[in-house]
Amino acid sequence: MAVKVIIPTPLRVYAAKKDSAEVSAQTVGEALGGLTTQFAELRKHLFTDDGKLRSFVNVYLNDEDIRYMAKEATPVKDGDVVSIVPSIAGGSAASNYEIVQG
Amino acid sequence: MSGGFHLNMSHDLAERIGQHGAEAFPHECCGALLGRDSAFEEGASGADSRREVLELFPLINRRDDSPRNRFAVTAEDVMEAEKAARQHGLDVVGWYHSHPDHPARPSQFDREHAWPWYSYIIVSVMSGKPAEMTSWRLNDDRQDYTPERIEIRNRAAV
Repeated sequence: MAVKVIIPTPLRVYAAKKDSAEVSAQTVGEALGGLTTQFAELRKHLFTDDGKLRSFVNVYLNDEDIRYMAKEATPVKDGDVVSIVPSIAGGSAASNYEIVQG
Repeated sequence: MSGGFHLNMSHDLAERIGQHGAEAFPHECCGALLGRDSAFEEGASGADSRREVLELFPLINRRDDSPRNRFAVTAEDVMEAEKAARQHGLDVVGWYHSHPDHPARPSQFDREHAWPWYSYIIVSVMSGKPAEMTSWRLNDDRQDYTPERIEIRNRAAV
C-alpha cells in the first residue's frame, strides 16, 4: 500500500528538508519503519533505544490518533496519510518536589 | 568557525514572553514561537541558518497536576499552533516556557522531552517578576543543549 507520511517541522532537517515522504507499508508501524529506512537519522528522534515510539511522538492515521486504534499494528490502505505530530513538555525540576506549605 | 545559533526577536515579543511568565506565576507558562528559519528558504545551505520569531501563540499549561515545575503542550495544541503559523505564512520554530523561582537553564526533564531543531526559550520568573531569558537547541545526539543567542531588536522593522 502506498501511503504518505507527514514529517514534522523539527525533523525535516533529517529528511532532506522534505515535509512528507511516500512509503509502501501494510501497517502504521511499517510506514514509520519505511520512513526511517529512507532517512536513518530520523530514527533516534522517533524511537527509544529499545525500539519503542517515544512518548511525545504522536502518530495519526488520517485524523485518528493510533493510540485509540491498533497502535503501530493499525492497518493502512492506499492513499492513507500518516502524520507524526510532536507534543511538547518540560519544566524546571528534574523530579516532582512539590512542597505543601501549611 | 561556527557562529553558533542566533534567534532574532523584537523587544515587544521578548517582553510579552516575560509578561506571560509573570501572569502564570507561580505556575509555568508556555507557548509557541512562530517565525521563519532561513534553512527552509530556496537555495539555503545549512551553514548560515538565521531564525526570527515574529509572533507568539500563548498556550494553556496542560499539566494541572504539577503546574509549578512542569508544562505540557498536547499534540492537538501543537496542531493548533501550526495552523496559526500557517495563517501568518510562518512556521512553528520553537517553544517558550517559564521557570518560576528557578534559573533559566534547561532541566534533565526538559532534555528528555525535547525535540531537535526547535528553539526552546526559558524565562526565569523570580518572585513573580520576569528575570533572565535564554534560548536553547537540543543537540543531534540528544545528550545536551547548545545555547542560542537571543538578539533583541529595539524597534520592529517597518
